[in-house]
Amino acid sequence: MGEEDYYLELCERPVQFEKANPVNCVFFDEANKQVFAVRSGGATGVVVKGPDDRNPISFRMEDKGEVKCIKFSLENKILAVQRTSKTVDFSNFIPDSSQLEYTQECKTKNAHILGFCWTSSTEIVFITDQGIEFYQVLPEKRSLKLLKSQNINVNWYMYCPESAVILLSTTVLGNVLQPFYFRAGTMTKLPKFEIELPAAPKSTKLNFSERDIAMAIIYGQLYVLFLRHHSRTSNSTGAEVVLYHLPREGACKKMHILKLNRTGKFALNVVDNLVVVHHQDTETSVIFDIKLRGEFDGTVTFHHPVLPARSIQPYQIPVAGPAPVTSQSPVPCKLYSSSWIVFQPDIIISASQGYLWNLQVKLQPIVNLLPDKGRLMDFLLQRKECKMVILSVCSQMLSESDRATLPVLATVFDKLNHEYKKYLDAEQSYTMEMPHKFVIAVLMEYIRSLNQFQIAVQHYLHELVIKTLVQHNLFYMLHQFLQYHVLSDSKPLACLLLSLESFYPPAHQLSLDMLKRLSTANDEIVEVLLSKHQVLAALRFIRGIGGHDNISARKFLDAAKQTEDNMLFYTIFRFFEQRNQRLRGNPNFTPGEHCEEHVAFFKQVFGEQALMRPTTF
Amino acid sequence: MAAAAAGAGAGAGTAQEKQFPPALLSFFIYNPRFGPREGEEENKILFYYPNEVEKNEKIRNVGLCEAIVQFTRTFSPSKPAKSLHTQKNRQFFNEPEDNFWMVMVVRNPIIEKQSKDGKPIVEYQEEELLDKVYSSVLQQCYSMYKLFNGTFLRAMEDGGVKLLKERLEKFFHRYLQTLHLQSCDLLDIFGGISFFPLDKMTYLKIQSFINRMEESLSVVKYTAFLYNDQLIWSGLEQDDMRILYKYLTTSLFPRHIEPELAGRDSPIRTEMPGNLQHYGRFLTGPLNLNDPEAKCRFPRIFVNTDDTYEALHLIVYKAMSAAVCFMIDASIQPTLDFCRRLDSIVGPQLTVLASDICEQFNINKRISGSEKEPQFKFIYFNHMNLAEKSTIHMRKTPSLSLTSVHPDLMKILGDINSDFARVDEDEEIIVKAMSDYWVVGKKSDQRELYVILNQKNANLIEVNEEVKKLCATQFNNIFFLD
Repeated sequence: MGEEDYYLELCERPVQFEKANPVNCVFFDEANKQVFAVRSGGATGVVVKGPDDRNPISFRMEDKGEVKCIKFSLENKILAVQRTSKTVDFSNFIPDSSQLEYTQECKTKNAHILGFCWTSSTEIVFITDQGIEFYQVLPEKRSLKLLKSQNINVNWYMYCPESAVILLSTTVLGNVLQPFYFRAGTMTKLPKFEIELPAAPKSTKLNFSERDIAMAIIYGQLYVLFLRHHSRTSNSTGAEVVLYHLPREGACKKMHILKLNRTGKFALNVVDNLVVVHHQDTETSVIFDIKLRGEFDGTVTFHHPVLPARSIQPYQIPVAGPAPVTSQSPVPCKLYSSSWIVFQPDIIISASQGYLWNLQVKLQPIVNLLPDKGRLMDFLLQRKECKMVILSVCSQMLSESDRATLPVLATVFDKLNHEYKKYLDAEQSYTMEMPHKFVIAVLMEYIRSLNQFQIAVQHYLHELVIKTLVQHNLFYMLHQFLQYHVLSDSKPLACLLLSLESFYPPAHQLSLDMLKRLSTANDEIVEVLLSKHQVLAALRFIRGIGGHDNISARKFLDAAKQTEDNMLFYTIFRFFEQRNQRLRGNPNFTPGEHCEEHVAFFKQVFGEQALMRPTTF
Repeated sequence: MAAAAAGAGAGAGTAQEKQFPPALLSFFIYNPRFGPREGEEENKILFYYPNEVEKNEKIRNVGLCEAIVQFTRTFSPSKPAKSLHTQKNRQFFNEPEDNFWMVMVVRNPIIEKQSKDGKPIVEYQEEELLDKVYSSVLQQCYSMYKLFNGTFLRAMEDGGVKLLKERLEKFFHRYLQTLHLQSCDLLDIFGGISFFPLDKMTYLKIQSFINRMEESLSVVKYTAFLYNDQLIWSGLEQDDMRILYKYLTTSLFPRHIEPELAGRDSPIRTEMPGNLQHYGRFLTGPLNLNDPEAKCRFPRIFVNTDDTYEALHLIVYKAMSAAVCFMIDASIQPTLDFCRRLDSIVGPQLTVLASDICEQFNINKRISGSEKEPQFKFIYFNHMNLAEKSTIHMRKTPSLSLTSVHPDLMKILGDINSDFARVDEDEEIIVKAMSDYWVVGKKSDQRELYVILNQKNANLIEVNEEVKKLCATQFNNIFFLD
């Protein structure tokens, strides 16, 4: 397979940490996406690495027993460490505050702490087998304050930091899920819901594991993803992923079913609003897009993989050691290894190799894997980094070798413009009220910047400047901008100025000046002058630039007649008689010039004898 | 309408003549509504110069003006009399606000000759003065008053006749001394603004500077920017800027030339060690920012008086050749802290900008090669943006506008201008003046151009060609008909 075939890849710069081994325990915190490497219970050092901070935090802590769980609060303010099943220890990482540890025991008697989650920089939730306890940490007092608690039997829990929702597995079977939502010191209980288990549950013991559940935000909505190994319907084989929509208000609802058409061990990720399902047995992955059209049966929508299954792109592990010494080629990384652990939304950790990757979608290869261009557009338009790819698809459809048919092009255009229209509508509703002074200052700053880099300023920017100034009657400012050529000369701009004449008479002069400077707008100048009945000025202008042999006599005579100034008409008439004489040796107008009406008028006003006589030689 | 009185013949000059330029005889402001009944005429007079004139004579002169205006109104109801010509003087009338009349009486220039028996003969040159020039001067008197005091009507509303009289006295007492009637000419008719030629990029930098200053000094309502006494940007409307420009260039800037010529070691500078990194200083307001007792008083100006009627403090701040006028609402009293902040923000940036403009200007000059003096003397004026350009005038001193051509030629320019004003059409007038001088006036749309040529034995065609050449080089980027 060529590189162009893989549509999933591991990020280029993974977070690297010390491999897990008997003396080095590795923990991952989903909220901060940090990896903790705890050596000898912390006595010989703890190293914390996140995806964004390339500078790891390292510190030491006293070895007070085996660490079960370790997490920083948001913004790395407070460290929480669980070493026993009853207590959690805290230490402050706030500058200038005591680093002495303080401890909190869970309130419920005989309860065992399953784990804890930070919901803010100072708020923490303990999940015990008998319920949850919501605390506020007071670092300066080195103590915790219970905000709220709830008693409920818990099998296991799951936390989605992006939505601040904790999901508890309750009941004997474990398939009744109770979500809680946390926000700024409050804990809200959301409606619980039941996951339909495959086949008839004969057993009465817990057979529903957190391994088959994931929570993720897809297209802005929180979903609970359930990996159902055996379809409930007997006629279809293979596993499926059931998506339950968990709204902030209202009941949880089953919405989508992703058909995997295979069985075995799976893992889930969500990348760029796509559900990625990894299959360990075949070492391949498939992706699902719930926005693409599926089969709707009246309650749920069934989806099939968007693309054929493909492996994640092979990955080379850079060889450790000082670069100049080792010149060995990089070692290929074992993909879909059984030591991989997958976290939401897009994290893959190999504890044995000491890597944390983000999974990424490569759009360019998909172009060739998805022959249906309409579906391809639907898919691409929902992706983050789609613009360049969409452009390449468009240009490909026009290229000789891959030319698309007109109906396909039409479909693609409709899809593009459907999105564009949404954008335009959104933009329209986003009309900010800004003081015009600020608007103009911003535009000037932008035009200055464009000029500085010698980029041509588009007409619409000039139009916006003019529109804003005109709306606020700031004509004198406009005049000054034009005087210093801040608004570059162009025919459209000159026409815009002409249209402003009735509000601001000097716009006429500004427009004429601009047309003159353009030097390609002589016809327009003549039209402007004639429309203002400046017939003589128009004639003088066209003569000045040497174009008077090619102008239409009729046009000038019409304009002259309209002024109802007989002397002016006489002058113009005579001018053309002389031109006729010079060009053709005869002062008479030819029939093609259509000046009969004007000749008649001339005779009527000045008499037949006033006509110029042909010069005879 | 000009009412001409009886005239006397002009005599030929002799060797021992003495010339006296035109001079201000009197100047008064009155409102006929204030003393309509007999015996109350004195109440009409709001201001009278010279004040020493006896009361009854004041009343008589005001009465005469009233009568003339009333009388001539019969013949021209829509355009009341503008001036009265007499042998010895000329009177100019102006009604800037309803029923408020301003009158300026100017003595005609005099030539004093020695007669054969040694007695001096005084000859008034009654055709020398141009009505439009002095009418414009009178209008300017009002505009200048209004800029610093607001309208007559507003003073009446604020404090009645008493306040109005006080304000008029205070203002005109000093202002009339600065009228230099002997050197008024065509440029006074135009009341134009000289714009500093600049490339787009530097202009945009100035825009950017102004916008940033207005943002950081949020109280600033309007800004104007000048370089070398030439305007680059006005946030004020045209009419307000026109009179402010006149004030800045003929009064404020010339007053500050001397300390500038004294160089940077002037006493003002050495006392301000904190400001060594820039050359900014206040032309209005505090002289020394380090003096805790420094007064932050700024001239108060009034703009948009027909409309929003705004009172503003005028802060003029200058660094090298660049001057910025910041105008802030008069209700906000600038403190010393504000001035210091302004100085620290504006000073360094304006200094850099000023040297940028200077550098760019020199580059542009080199490229366009306009370093050499133009071979023609000309005056250009555009009514639309009030842009004015003169190679005839060398306005360097506050007291006097120096021209480099003979006053007779200036008078021809004025006459041509009066001709232009009579018709709407584009026109061209070529005058052969004395001693090989040709004067050409051209009017195209709203633009006027006056050229003075001095070519030995030139004929009309050659002169016309020369002017065409001038237009092609100097005005090729505007629509100016040949």
